[in-house]
Amino acid sequence: MEKSKGQSRRKFIQGGLRASLLLSLGTVSVAALKKVTASDYVWQIDPFKCTQCGRCATDCVMAPSAVKCVHAFDLCGYCDLCGGYFKPDANKLSTAAENQLCPTAAIERKFIEEPYFEYHIDEDLCMGCGKCVAGCTSFGNGSMHLQIVHDICLDCNECSIAKVCPSDAISRVPASEAYKVKGDFSNNPEV
Amino acid sequence: MKKLKYIFLTFFLLLSTLYLFSQTQRFPKPEFESGYEQPSTITPEPRAQALEYIDVLILLLVLSLATYFALKSRSRQGILWLSVFTLIYFGFFRNGCICSIGAIQNVTLSFFDPAYSISVTALLFFMLPLLFALFFGRVFCAGACPLGAIQDLVVVKPISLPKWLNKTLGLIPYVYLALAVLFAATGTDFIICRYDPFVGIFRMDAKFHMAVLGVAFLLMGMFVSRPYCRFLCPYGVLLSWMSRFSKWHLTITPTKCIQCKLCANSCPFDAIDYPTNEKEVLKSGLGPKRFLIYALVIPIWIAVGVFVGAKSHTFLSKANADVYLAELLISQPELLEDEDNLDIQTFIASGKPMETLVEEAEIIREKFYIGSMIAGGFLGLVIGLTLLNTVIFRRRQDYEPHKGNCFSCARCIDFCPVEK
Repeated sequence: MEKSKGQSRRKFIQGGLRASLLLSLGTVSVAALKKVTASDYVWQIDPFKCTQCGRCATDCVMAPSAVKCVHAFDLCGYCDLCGGYFKPDANKLSTAAENQLCPTAAIERKFIEEPYFEYHIDEDLCMGCGKCVAGCTSFGNGSMHLQIVHDICLDCNECSIAKVCPSDAISRVPASEAYKVKGDFSNNPEV
Repeated sequence: MKKLKYIFLTFFLLLSTLYLFSQTQRFPKPEFESGYEQPSTITPEPRAQALEYIDVLILLLVLSLATYFALKSRSRQGILWLSVFTLIYFGFFRNGCICSIGAIQNVTLSFFDPAYSISVTALLFFMLPLLFALFFGRVFCAGACPLGAIQDLVVVKPISLPKWLNKTLGLIPYVYLALAVLFAATGTDFIICRYDPFVGIFRMDAKFHMAVLGVAFLLMGMFVSRPYCRFLCPYGVLLSWMSRFSKWHLTITPTKCIQCKLCANSCPFDAIDYPTNEKEVLKSGLGPKRFLIYALVIPIWIAVGVFVGAKSHTFLSKANADVYLAELLISQPELLEDEDNLDIQTFIASGKPMETLVEEAEIIREKFYIGSMIAGGFLGLVIGLTLLNTVIFRRRQDYEPHKGNCFSCARCIDFCPVEK
């Protein structure tokens, strides 16, 4: 008799505690539900905040980095003397390796018509160092800029580059608008 | 008067065009004559939303199956293959992200950061395993956690740790949880994700020190089974408390224990409680007196915790980048000249006044002050309760799984000779 009484008491306490735990789980859920969004978030770089420090190339969990240079062609001036392609001290405007700013030669320079050249970035070679971005932004239109490319990005719970970004340029953006391509800001290119 | 208005208007228009011009192009886009077609900027889409919901569905399915295998069909084989699936899918295929352990931080951040909204997926990944644990025990650990799975599969020759060591090391997860919540709430860092030892293995792409840590955990796990789960996992703390009061739980024997002791050493995690030895209890001198002392000491533990928390908040807050930078610039103003320091140079270039930075840093530090006192008090309470727990003894006649520590891996079931 004594034992069964003890047992039922223990059961009662257990049940009570279970109910209170369930209640607290419910409270947390409801509180979190207030701020829930159906859309997922992804990481993206704000090109207007980015200072091309070079950490995107070194601090991504992916190697090579999921950050790549993208080219907003709408903004490009198709210059012969491209600040993103050539080193400032390039001795000749040719595709010779010693003239190129890009350490992995990821930018392809293609003649279109006199005096215009198209610059195309080979994503497989680009490692997101941002050297060309710095060149293009300081000497040209700033059509080259860094973006997190989402078929490579693992979408970590916390972006390891965001943690070390000195200008806080990386933030969560809704997955429906996953890019901040510069062209979108001034003109409206057909998507 | 009218004239003046016009002049202003023209001036304003001129300014705005100038502004627009400066925003766009130094070199205007050429008008091509050769019929050149401009390529479009390639922006690959992120992973489809529907796939995220499929992840949730798979988690739900795996949890249900784990429950079925652990409680109903009592099949170690089933659990084993389920954990292999989890390892492949949530581990190697999904690259260890999203995971329930890390979701603690998302939930925390959603409470403290007004700008952050948590995604449904993350919330469900946080809630579902806890809900299952509240009813069926830690079936999540058994079959649905990729971190648990990878450790479970390398268990070769488990050694049994002494009880005092198990209990002492078992306090680390509480510290980890408290710190993870503190850092997430202050928007400083997601330490659970950053120091996840296995995510680098899942991605086959770890930084050197993390790869070493991951391999070290796996090597250690051959003998001290599931070291991360038992002595680090912050989510395990929550699961353990849910599981302690679970409505149903895995049982070693399907019907009645025959005291054959065959299961006694079957658990690699020291999670089987033996029947109480009355003689030993009497000898140890446990009694209401000691219980009372330990209970009365708890407030002192909490006070000590709060004190330690308050003392350590300055140190902890340095993990925050803003606080770190502000402190660095105050203590070593000569660094402002340092051209190689990227953070400082970027800060100078941004044109943000020093006062703003210091102000922001002070707000964060204030948050750390309050947060670390709460965390310290919580840890004091945990230590007090753990000590109190050592002097409570429950009369047990059979070999039973410890509901808080049992991972529901179902190894013990195979050792029980009792037929259904």
